[in-house]
Amino acid sequence: MANVSDIRPITTLLVANRGEIARRVMRTARDMGIATVAIYADGDAQAPFVAEADMAIALNGRTSAETYLDVDKVLDACRRSGADAVHPGYGFLSENAGFAKAIIDAGIAWLGPAPEVIASMGDKLSAKKLMQEAGVPTLPAIEITAELNLSEAASEIGYPVLVKASAGGGGRGMRVVESEADLQAAVESAAREAGSSFGDDTVFLEKWLDTSRHVEIQIIGDSHGNLVHCFERECSIQRRHQKIIEEAPSPAVSPEIRAAMGEAAVAAAKSLGYSSAGTVEFLLAGDDFYFLEVNARLQVEHPVTEEIIGYDLVREQIRVAEGETLSFSQDDLRINGHAIEARLCAEDPNNDFLPSPGPVVAWEPSRAGMARFDSGVESGSVIAMEFDPMIAKVIVHAPTRREAASRLARVLETTRIQGLTTNRDFLVATLRNPAFLAGDTTTDFIERIDPQRVRAINEDDLNEAVIAVVMESQARNRANAKVMKTVRSGWRNSILPLEIMNFRCGEMDCHVEYRSRRDGRFRVRIGDSTDEILVKAYACGDGSVDLEIDGRRVNYRVDNIGTDWYVHGQKGDMQITELPRYPDADAELLAGGMVAPMPGAVLATEVSAGTQVAKGDLLLILEAMKMEHRITAPFAGSVDALHVNPGDQVENGQLLVTITEQQGEE
Amino acid sequence: MPVLDSKLDTNAEVFKKNKADMMAMLSTVEALLEEASQGGGEEAIARLRSRDKMPIRERISHALDRDSPFLEISPLAAWRSPYNIGSGFVVGIGVIENVECVILGHDPSVRAGAFNPFNSKKLMRGLEVARVNRLPYVQFVESAGADLRGEQGGDPEAAIQREIDHFAESGRLFYEITELSKMRIPTVSVVFGASTAGGAYQPGMSDYNIFIKNQSKVFLGGVALTKMATGEDANEEDLGGADMHTKISGLGDYLAKDEMDGIRMCREVMAHLNWRKLGPEPDPDFKEPIYDAEDMLGLVSEDLRTPFDVREVIARIVDGSYFEEFKPLYGPTLICGWASVHGYPVGILGNNGALFSEAAEKAAQFIQLCNQIDVPLVFLHNITGFIVGTDFEQGGITKNGSKMINAVANSTVPHISIILASSYGAGNYGMSGRAFGPRFTYIWPLAKIAVMGPKQMAGVMSIVGRAAAERRGIEFDEEADAERAAVAEHWAEERSKGLYATSRVSDDGMIDPRDTRDVIAMSLSAAYNNKVEGTKEFGTWRM
Repeated sequence: MANVSDIRPITTLLVANRGEIARRVMRTARDMGIATVAIYADGDAQAPFVAEADMAIALNGRTSAETYLDVDKVLDACRRSGADAVHPGYGFLSENAGFAKAIIDAGIAWLGPAPEVIASMGDKLSAKKLMQEAGVPTLPAIEITAELNLSEAASEIGYPVLVKASAGGGGRGMRVVESEADLQAAVESAAREAGSSFGDDTVFLEKWLDTSRHVEIQIIGDSHGNLVHCFERECSIQRRHQKIIEEAPSPAVSPEIRAAMGEAAVAAAKSLGYSSAGTVEFLLAGDDFYFLEVNARLQVEHPVTEEIIGYDLVREQIRVAEGETLSFSQDDLRINGHAIEARLCAEDPNNDFLPSPGPVVAWEPSRAGMARFDSGVESGSVIAMEFDPMIAKVIVHAPTRREAASRLARVLETTRIQGLTTNRDFLVATLRNPAFLAGDTTTDFIERIDPQRVRAINEDDLNEAVIAVVMESQARNRANAKVMKTVRSGWRNSILPLEIMNFRCGEMDCHVEYRSRRDGRFRVRIGDSTDEILVKAYACGDGSVDLEIDGRRVNYRVDNIGTDWYVHGQKGDMQITELPRYPDADAELLAGGMVAPMPGAVLATEVSAGTQVAKGDLLLILEAMKMEHRITAPFAGSVDALHVNPGDQVENGQLLVTITEQQGEE
Repeated sequence: MPVLDSKLDTNAEVFKKNKADMMAMLSTVEALLEEASQGGGEEAIARLRSRDKMPIRERISHALDRDSPFLEISPLAAWRSPYNIGSGFVVGIGVIENVECVILGHDPSVRAGAFNPFNSKKLMRGLEVARVNRLPYVQFVESAGADLRGEQGGDPEAAIQREIDHFAESGRLFYEITELSKMRIPTVSVVFGASTAGGAYQPGMSDYNIFIKNQSKVFLGGVALTKMATGEDANEEDLGGADMHTKISGLGDYLAKDEMDGIRMCREVMAHLNWRKLGPEPDPDFKEPIYDAEDMLGLVSEDLRTPFDVREVIARIVDGSYFEEFKPLYGPTLICGWASVHGYPVGILGNNGALFSEAAEKAAQFIQLCNQIDVPLVFLHNITGFIVGTDFEQGGITKNGSKMINAVANSTVPHISIILASSYGAGNYGMSGRAFGPRFTYIWPLAKIAVMGPKQMAGVMSIVGRAAAERRGIEFDEEADAERAAVAEHWAEERSKGLYATSRVSDDGMIDPRDTRDVIAMSLSAAYNNKVEGTKEFGTWRM
């Protein structure tokens, strides 16, 4: 127990972050009687974390660099809000030693390790050296300098090699290179991304282990010399070098390895004088583990650890910053059951998991089973292209790993998340995959096992959803009519063709015809069938559709934005597009047009009108969510026009370049 | 307002019999509507489709606001005539871009959309509906024009002798389209195909013209007539194609790439009309009737002499079954009172027997009261006529009946007439029959309209014949009289049937009794596009 006179109570906590982590930190702060302060970029002005904070300070800017990464603005916000503590969350300034120091110098409590610790761990290269000295095994690595012979260095390590930014994290500035041909481009691109994300373009080469696991140890320490580890998390399921499914404990870690890793982590952290929360990351290959890096902050996936140990890590961070001791000792900690977290992201699994930002039309966490939702959104929120595309972390804690996976899959499946392309189906497929259930989770899991990326929707499911849409649509049409609105839907006193609507869902088209009868039921013909289905609507028109379809009672939630219909039923979510009733006046797309796969900014253009291009040639580079996306020529030809310039903001689907395809042999 | 108390016994034998008869008649009507919806038949429709054209009912469906109602006018016109049932034109009130309008469509599958006496009458009625209710007028044009073939089959001389129409009187429709425009009622034409000779003035006189590429053909003289008149070998596209008219002559305002595109343009035009109804909006908070509309199927007997209480109808068509009866103790064979239908206030006059002097005077007073407060009138016909007999004549039945007819004729609020059962003689006039210009007239399937009951008429003829024979002192031929009476009664009977009336476009259509409430509501909604104003020519006379 700390001496009461040494305690410096925190009264006002500013969270120098956004989204789900800001909300999550504030939740604990509120529980502890601490007032909360949010800071926000222009695009976040309507975000839930801002609304829920006791006070919020505008940072007046659009990009990360103009807002959450701007040390001066954040310091100014601390001053203006009178905050006496800052929680940096993860990402942004969380591992910026200079910022931590400025906070501490301003007399404000910093909810993280000391600036010196951050500095020594922030540079992954120097951290590796420190760990080697502490006797922790590491993988061979070579820093890339101007003098370095790149290809020799890579050969020395042996392909595949990983090009990795020394600063930062989160998979940014990381490239796996299989052969020398791709090496130079990967290094340049990683350096550029690292530079723009972290302000430091130092990159290094590291041995890449194909079939290893990513296992990390949660550590937490106080200012009284207590430092414990909270067991491991396994985060091997990754795409684009970012974790999407994390769990604790790891199915591959034996008590012996757990003890060894834990001891190594604690030893290393103690040698650094570590306090507050942190994570020591390892690669686990068989029974051998290698140190990767230390993350001197709270991790995205910290909830799985909280679930199995039963302690709130943010609460511990606050207590430590107040000068309290940790609430528990190493001996107090036990692994209770199993926890799995899935990161629900606005991204397109069919398009290399590229972010697909946009508005969240509907967000309703499932009530199919107990689950923890750490989310930054509500219905109507926007996943902005400037920031991380994560919508929510969904965490399930169950007695066994299999039960946790099963419940999490069902919860994800029945959570309503509409308006965005998400990785949900992929997460569900992964959680139900036999390889996953067998614990066969390595970092190449996605490439090796390749779970289904998007749920296949069958015709019957689509037809039923379309009936729900049609019933909702007609009810709204009646309600919105300005004349004769009190007369029954589609009233006729003679015989005219039925009302016709056409829909598309993915690759499937659905034609439907319907008309109400005098008794209020609807005759419906759907798809290729000429049979008439009788539909009785118990409710429709306000988004809740309750139908009896040929005697089967079904319930749906149906909403739309323009011609996009969002249907949520027992089998999950469907987005169904209503096809235009009339031909579009001028919908002829330019032939050979390359369109933006996602909203973003044009970073560089490589061609201009008249340029001859070969298939696969780089046309331009798009930057979105701090990632670069190369737009390449789909065929050989000559560029007719370049429709954008570097620095332009482009919308999803916006025409970028038009190319006339070269005729004849390739 | 008091709620009507229904005394209808739905378990009574007479109710069951009535309902079975009505259902049988409704299935006959359904079959006729089905036939009408087939236009010129399968082959003709297939021919249309092979040219990427849609049948008229599809064109209209695609133009209407989704899920909005469409009230077709006289869908059974030309039944029991030499022409296709439905007459070859479709006319109705529909909603396009939230604008109630009259839509007229030529059916190119029926004799190439050519005019005939039935569809001409229907078309003129459509124009009248647009004019009196102030409804924008939309026409989907594709017509060969006048049917030059004349009446086919039969004796041509007899046909000529029967004929009373003459070209010299034709063309009124062009005048009326123009008149609509003058009355600030927009007119829109989508020309789906040929519109030639006089027909060229259908678009010619319209405010907006949408032509369809490679389909619209509009010219005063077609290729053949041009050849006959001037010897020129013209090309149809140059003579009157859509491209030419939208780019060179300027007759067309919009060039659509196909039918759906033309329909889309038509909707765009309707959307910009800045249309405002002049009548007040109905009260949105109304209740449905508390009695089942289904029960109205069992009210009317095939034998129209079987009476029923018209309040049983009122209870099933007015909001909440609320009805405030006026002068219930005076002239009880005519029920008068106030109610509302889909939130529109109405004054209702319904027959519960022949019209006596008191009933006629009550009606005149009631009609004036409704005019004073701008309330539309609904007439529910089940009327054998004004009472006859010495006492009644001496009591001034003709004089008092004239008061009622005068009030009806000079009332300026919208009238809606529903012929429930019988509507005979001057009773029909007093109840605002078709000739008295009600905004809309509808007929129930078992109803009959005539100068008098067929049996009575045959009897009258026989009595009059016998009297004439006596006067001239010749022997009365009983056998010949019986034969004459039978023939007269048969034809009177046939011509008094509701189906015959509706086929002659002497009403706006036969309706299912269960639809009565909705039909009244839609008719009122249409009427409220115009001002709803009672006459200010006189005060209310106490009678």
